Order: sequence, then structure tokens, then C-alpha cells
Amino acid sequence: MRLSYYPGCSLHATAKEYGLSTRAVCDALGIELVEIPDWCCCGASSAHSLNRTFSIALAARNIAAAQSEGLDIVLPCAACFGNVRTADAALRQDESLRREMEELLSFRYSGKLRVLHLLDVIRNGVGLEAVRRRVVRKLAGLKVAAYYGCLLVRPPEVCGFDDTENPTSLDSLVEAIGAEPVKWSYKTECCGASLALIQPEIVEKLVGEITEMAVEAGASCIATACPLCSTNLESRQKVGLPIFFFTELMGLAFDLEGCEKWLNMHLVGTEQVIEALQAQHPSPHEMTQKEKLL
Amino acid sequence: MGNRPILQPKKGLMQVLWQGETIPIDFSFMETVNRRSGEQVQLCYHCHKCGAGCPVASFMDYTPDKLFRMAQLGLKRQVLSSSTIWLCSACHTCATRCPNDIDVTRVMDTLKQMAVVQKVKSSQRAAAVFHKAFLSNLRRFGQIHEASLMAVLKLKTLNLFSDLKLGLRMFMRGKIALLPKRVKGRKEIRRLFKEIRRRAEVPEESH
Repeated sequence: MRLSYYPGCSLHATAKEYGLSTRAVCDALGIELVEIPDWCCCGASSAHSLNRTFSIALAARNIAAAQSEGLDIVLPCAACFGNVRTADAALRQDESLRREMEELLSFRYSGKLRVLHLLDVIRNGVGLEAVRRRVVRKLAGLKVAAYYGCLLVRPPEVCGFDDTENPTSLDSLVEAIGAEPVKWSYKTECCGASLALIQPEIVEKLVGEITEMAVEAGASCIATACPLCSTNLESRQKVGLPIFFFTELMGLAFDLEGCEKWLNMHLVGTEQVIEALQAQHPSPHEMTQKEKLL
Repeated sequence: MGNRPILQPKKGLMQVLWQGETIPIDFSFMETVNRRSGEQVQLCYHCHKCGAGCPVASFMDYTPDKLFRMAQLGLKRQVLSSSTIWLCSACHTCATRCPNDIDVTRVMDTLKQMAVVQKVKSSQRAAAVFHKAFLSNLRRFGQIHEASLMAVLKLKTLNLFSDLKLGLRMFMRGKIALLPKRVKGRKEIRRLFKEIRRRAEVPEESH
């Protein structure tokens, strides 16, 4: 499978571990990622807050750049996904807006490329069976709270690949790599997003509720698919709960090289979780090293 | 009387008594909001679903449904100066659950834009400052450069020392780059912004 890849700003910065693990996991699953040439920021929440047309134009510029390859676009960041997908729907439906964008950016909107989130691609495109086949170390005993946040599931007419109130795609993926998804009711609660920089006390309250609910549900970590959720959950919580990107957990289960590097980039230490896993199930990779020593 | 507005015709203008203050009614306000957002604010029948699901409702001065009632009544100044519009985190919970299918998030964006254009003062000034700083960072580099965005934000809000430790921890883990990545097409991005701004209709309510 070949896809146009839009990493988004966070994956080169605050969520570097998401970028690295996305590349490695896609490679392992036979997904070839072709980075969109000279892509620009999607405008996050600021562009649509101040001028909706800014947000659409930025997305249109990236779609135009992707059209040259003609491959469907995959985005790992939930916020980028929301923006580009909203813009793509608007370009499809609103003829005058489409003409305006085509004229502004001197391109012709083909409407042929699908805009997909990485979770959707892996869960529904690659499929759970292929993921299961690739697992070399089941993450047995690891209790994971699958956290979707807002923009993977809302608004439903834009996202449309999972249930809005009780999504399950991430849960099923967690199950496929041998871990145990916990049942909890804060899957789609908002973390406060960019309010972290404006009113941090609000985000502390929201993140406090989310992380405490995850602990109460018996989770030993949270899995997310959004860079901003991850930063907020890591930096504003008080319970010391490790936060992983779902691709990092997949990397662990696939026993991919580079795992240690990503797992050490977190603000909340992940060592305890990893050590517990390794004690239970030494990876084949580590075993061969030990055997070599013997 | 609590918050109940009382209509008082005075000097040929319709006014309401709102929380001890007499303020004029702007009869065209809701229509302007509808036109600019493409939504129908008058459809709100105040079921409070939006407020009940809103993660930040407890920090807002009015829940979204109350704000919509105020918009229906034409309380323009009160709506545009409310903290509600800036504290909305755009999580889309309200819009997803609204029985009348009002895209509440889009209306909130529209109100933010009207507040900026009309230079309405708000207790949540920092939010507007953040969004503007974000876009100017985007215009400058094409992709967001966190370090310079944070520096500008701190200077503009004079909130110099918050989260310094957090910033340092992220820097130590290689999550904050010192130098920005520069998109080759940033000239094009600047032209886009300029052109879109030029084409935006002249806001007729900016008197």
C-alpha cells in the first residue's frame, strides 16, 4: 500500500516519538509513506477560529501538493485530520469555494484522493488479521485505556470511520496486539486542547478527570492517536500514568528497532510498564542476543 | 429579577435591562451571525444538551444555549464580550449532540471573528493573542516553530514564567527545536493569507 504522508508540525517536534513510531510501524506493515512535498501547517485550531477560509486554503494547498502523486493522504495527527478532512468535504460540496481555492492556488481539485487517519488505515485498511500476524511479542497483561479525544470521532459527518459516542477501533487494535483494553467512559472527553497555553488550570482539571478515570478503570497506561492530547495528558496530570501513542505499543508488540528511543522521549516515565512487559515476555530479539552470549 | 432581561423602549431605541445595566438591542445581530456562520441560531430551543456535554462549561460565563438565547434577543455586546466564545475548545461535542443540528462550534468561531473585527474587550484576551501569534508564526515559517511561538506569546501576555520548567523538560527530550523548519512555499502562504483577508467582506456591523 502506498500513501501520501502528511506528518503535521507536531510529529517533527513535541510528538517526535509518534513520527518515528509511525514510520517504523507502517514500514513493518508494508505501507509505503510518500511525504507530501513542501507541506505546510494545517492552521490547527487558530486558523478556523480567526478565519475559516485560511483553514480551507492551507488544507487545499496540501491537497494540491499531494495530487501530483495521486495517492490517498494519511495523517497521524487527529487535529490535522479534522482540518484537512473538513476542508476536503467543503471543497467537494461547495462549488464557489472550490472555484475560489482553485483560482487562488492555481490548481484543479480532482476530488479523487481520500483523506484518512492512520488509525483508520491500520484498523480498516490493513486489518486486524494482518496486525495479529505481525505480532512477535504479545503485550499480555498490559491494561490500556484507549483514548480517542475529540477530532478522531467528531464531527461524525466529517470523521465517519468510528462511532461518535463509543468508538472501538483503537480498542480492537489494542486487543490485536495482545494487550487488554479497559472499559471506561472518558474515551472521547476533550483534554482542553490549545487552552493549555491560555488557561492551563482548565486543562489540569480536564486531564485530571481523564487520567483519574483511566486509573479507576484499572488501566496501567493510556493509548492515544493525537499529539496535542498526548502532550496535555503527559504534562498536566498528577497520577503518573504513562501515555503512549498507539503506534508505539504496536512497535513494542512487533519488536521493532528504535523502540527504546521513542519510549525514552516521554515526559511521564514509561520504564515501569516496559520492564514489567519484558520480565513477562522477553522479546525474541533479546533472547537471541542472550543466546549469542551463552 | 435575576438575569431576566426587561424590555424598555427609551428614546426610540429598544433597550433591555441586563444585570442592572441598560443596553441597546441589536435586532440584526442574530441574522448577521446566521449569515456569517451559515447556521440558524433561532432553531435553538434551549434543551441544554450543548451545555450539559461541554467540557469547559463550568469555566464559561454563559453556557452555549444561554449565549444563543442572548443572540436571539440581540444582546450583541454581551455575547461578543463573553468568555464562552474564547473558552470553547472546538471539541464539537455540542455540535454533534444538538437536536436541531446547529453547528455550535462554527457559530462560536463566527462570534470569535466578529469580536476580533469589532475589537470587543474580553476577559479572555489571551486566547485571541494566542491564535494571532500562531498564525503569524505560520505565515513566517510555513510550519509551526514552538520555541518562537512560546516566546512571542509570553511577551505579549506578559506571562513570562509559567510553564518554563515544562518547556525545559520538553527541550531536554528533543521535542522543541531551536531552529525553525522553513517551508519553501512560504511566500505563497503569505500571499494566500493576504488575498483571503482582502477578499473578506467589509464587516457592515463595525460601526
